[in-house]
Amino acid sequence: MADVLQILPQQLVFGLALGTVYGLIALGYTLVYGILFMINFAHGEIFMIGAYVGWWVLSWLLQAQVGGLHPVWVVPLMLVHAMLFAGLLGVLLERFAYRPLYMRGATRLGPLISAIGASIFLQNAVMLTQGARMKVYMTSLLFPRTWRFQVAGVSVSVLVLVMVGVAAVMMWGLHLLVQRTSLGRSIRAVAEDREMAAIMGVNIRRVIGVTFFLGSALGGAGGVLVGLYYTQIDFFMGYSAGLKAFTAAVLGGIGNIRGAMLGGLILGLIESLAVTFMNPAYKDVVAFAILILTLVFKPTGLLGETVSDWEKV
Amino acid sequence: MLKLVDVVTHYGPIRVLKAVNLEVRAGEIVCLLGGNASGKSTTMKTILGVVRPTAGTVEFEGQRIDRLPTESIVRRGISLVPEARRIFARMTVWENLAMGAFTRQKAPPGELAEDFERVYALFPRLSERQQQPGGTLSGGEQQMLAIGRALMARPRLLLMDEPSMGLAPALVDQVFDIIQAINRQGTTILVVEQNATVALSIASRGYVLQNGRIVVHDTAAALLGADHIRRAYLGEN
Amino acid sequence: MRGWAPVGWQRRVAWGLGVVAVVGPLVAPNDYWIGVMTRICLYGTLALGLNIVVGFAGLLDLGYVAFFGIGSYLYAFLASPHFGLHLPFFVALPIIVVLTAFSGILIGAPTLRLRGDYLAIVTLGFGEITYLLLINLDRPINITGGPSGIVGIDVPVLAGFALSRNIEYYYLFLAAVAFALFASARLRHSRIGWAWQAIREDELAARAMGINTTVAKLQAFAIGASFAGIGGSFLASWQKSVFPDNFLFTESINILAMVILGGVGNLLGVVLGAVLLVALPEVFRDFHAYRLLVFGLMLMVLMVFRPQGLLTLETGAAKEEPDLAAAPEPEADARV
Repeated sequence: MADVLQILPQQLVFGLALGTVYGLIALGYTLVYGILFMINFAHGEIFMIGAYVGWWVLSWLLQAQVGGLHPVWVVPLMLVHAMLFAGLLGVLLERFAYRPLYMRGATRLGPLISAIGASIFLQNAVMLTQGARMKVYMTSLLFPRTWRFQVAGVSVSVLVLVMVGVAAVMMWGLHLLVQRTSLGRSIRAVAEDREMAAIMGVNIRRVIGVTFFLGSALGGAGGVLVGLYYTQIDFFMGYSAGLKAFTAAVLGGIGNIRGAMLGGLILGLIESLAVTFMNPAYKDVVAFAILILTLVFKPTGLLGETVSDWEKV
Repeated sequence: MLKLVDVVTHYGPIRVLKAVNLEVRAGEIVCLLGGNASGKSTTMKTILGVVRPTAGTVEFEGQRIDRLPTESIVRRGISLVPEARRIFARMTVWENLAMGAFTRQKAPPGELAEDFERVYALFPRLSERQQQPGGTLSGGEQQMLAIGRALMARPRLLLMDEPSMGLAPALVDQVFDIIQAINRQGTTILVVEQNATVALSIASRGYVLQNGRIVVHDTAAALLGADHIRRAYLGEN
Repeated sequence: MRGWAPVGWQRRVAWGLGVVAVVGPLVAPNDYWIGVMTRICLYGTLALGLNIVVGFAGLLDLGYVAFFGIGSYLYAFLASPHFGLHLPFFVALPIIVVLTAFSGILIGAPTLRLRGDYLAIVTLGFGEITYLLLINLDRPINITGGPSGIVGIDVPVLAGFALSRNIEYYYLFLAAVAFALFASARLRHSRIGWAWQAIREDELAARAMGINTTVAKLQAFAIGASFAGIGGSFLASWQKSVFPDNFLFTESINILAMVILGGVGNLLGVVLGAVLLVALPEVFRDFHAYRLLVFGLMLMVLMVFRPQGLLTLETGAAKEEPDLAAAPEPEADARV
């Protein structure tokens, strides 16, 4: 028991880092759900592709033997590329795989199945073009393992600080965008009452496209961060990460931005604690259990509004 | 300014509007009266392009708008105060008003500030509640917010769908006084109402819609005066 | 069979399929293709089971593979050296049917208040949990045999006759799918079938008509699961082994695709879906690597261009655009 307590602070730090990344990815789900009431099942794959883009950038830089690699410019470079790519992919997905469906006023399950199809398609497209074997992020070249700080008695690597920092900055940026800008207002208006927003002159298609871009870009950023931290990425990583991020979004209250961030943190912490105290093979079960329990007992999540089942869901 | 000619609109297989002809001239207040399910809201939606007419034309300031997307129609200067207000409950009063001005984003900030001032002058209560979420306002305040929001677009034509609904009689009078004031400031208004008496008291002309057709059209005075019309179409009141 | 009366060409196709099904293996080029036909029957049974949940009752189950896995492993428990039990085939089968039906109720129960996407995700979660349990429950006590599964499952002995050749298994599986078809047809036009249809169309209205939606939904899960239980037993006895990787999420989607491809609720369509989705990958075996890629693409294309499936539901009633348990979508206006 004593050694469990000893690694506990470390695990908590890890949980925090994991949590912010989950939150970042969860934002993608929540933004899309808030505006379209659909679950973008392929979002996990967008996250995975973001990780691959980050890897390309890093590998290219290493291969081109660009000297003076320092995370302060390399990481933003990776992030920008991944976010742009992921964002555009999200927009394409919306335009061709989802829009024809929800425009028809079709049931929500048509888009869900199309999303599942997109998810399978993207997974395999990446597998076929990039190989089934995992790729490795040469993180140690950017963040030497000795580069750590002591924070409240716990040794924290700079990488973790960067991860949390980047995720926090992005979430804050999103928050500002949604709350303070005209675009953000139009997104919220469309989410709340689409017909009325149209009557106000909002271009609904454009707002939906922008929302997809934002959510997907954040997912892509999450991919880069996860790649840096775990160093191994493969074409299948989107599946479980996607489901967990979705769990985080639901836990916080799907459609609720602060909820996604809160849900991410909670899930990250619970998961790392669970791993400390029980068989790590079951950590995914923890996430699914949380998902099921939340949906069954409090489907609106922790911060969600109390809307009756028959309305929103 | 606005002209509907032989407009037919369907909702799925149902023909809701069967041949609607109506006209609103610049500077007027015109009211469209009728009972439930007469097609009043559908008329509004048709004008705004939320539903497309199956036949007939809608003209605004001489140009056809019936094939245009809502966004374009709104940008030409038509605003709606919708039935049951439909303000954005989760956004603050200020944000609701800002959304109303959405089509005028390119306008210089000075102008927008003027518009806020104008709305707050008309509705002092809104000024007090600027940062409150719309959902926390009372019914009457929400109605004011809905009107204010529509005014933020500086519309040339203001459509109002049942502004009296759900309001206490004293408030109804207040609201209609405000509608008159807005009209005097230069906005043309088309009011759709079930409460015929109040609507006709401020309008210059009125149309009566029944089962998707215009059955009566006359000056407001004439409509108010004619007993048989009152009883047949306007409801005993 | 009053319940199943496909119109016109569908009837001809159905008869054609029937003939091929009975005579096929006798004229098949080699044993491999008999194996393929056997798999078609297996998946046909599974798809018909899922069709009851998704197509009849309108409950989108993305974790159907869980029941398949439970049925398979149960058979492995009851008829292999693993626990030392060696129950005869026709003794084990009813036990498994009951137990999987029960698992259907267990998994279905928490989902009763959920609709649409959320129902789908929760069932997906259960499917994943089942997989994780199957692969990890070999410690501390070895229940499932872990990643290496359970092998050495008994050969089924039917009335003293031990099955050995593929063709013998085939006719057994054919009997299963025929049973599934028969049962589905009868169910659809039974009281419970009407209840399911009412629930699928409008659950609130169904309740208002006095239908006990809770019981009806649980029945759908239970019956659908029991079909998978049958399928699972058959797989275990044929393959003589079970592995967790037989029961991945992609399998759920595969079976769902069979249901959707043919036309949700349409029995002939479901069978055709099974035929296509088992046979086509065999035909294009050289392009095996692209199989999933094409599959994903197909799902997207299908939903965009022909969501009602290749064959639409043939019942005269309402023109069934498969309204897969939709909750009302906030004004998805076409003009927007």
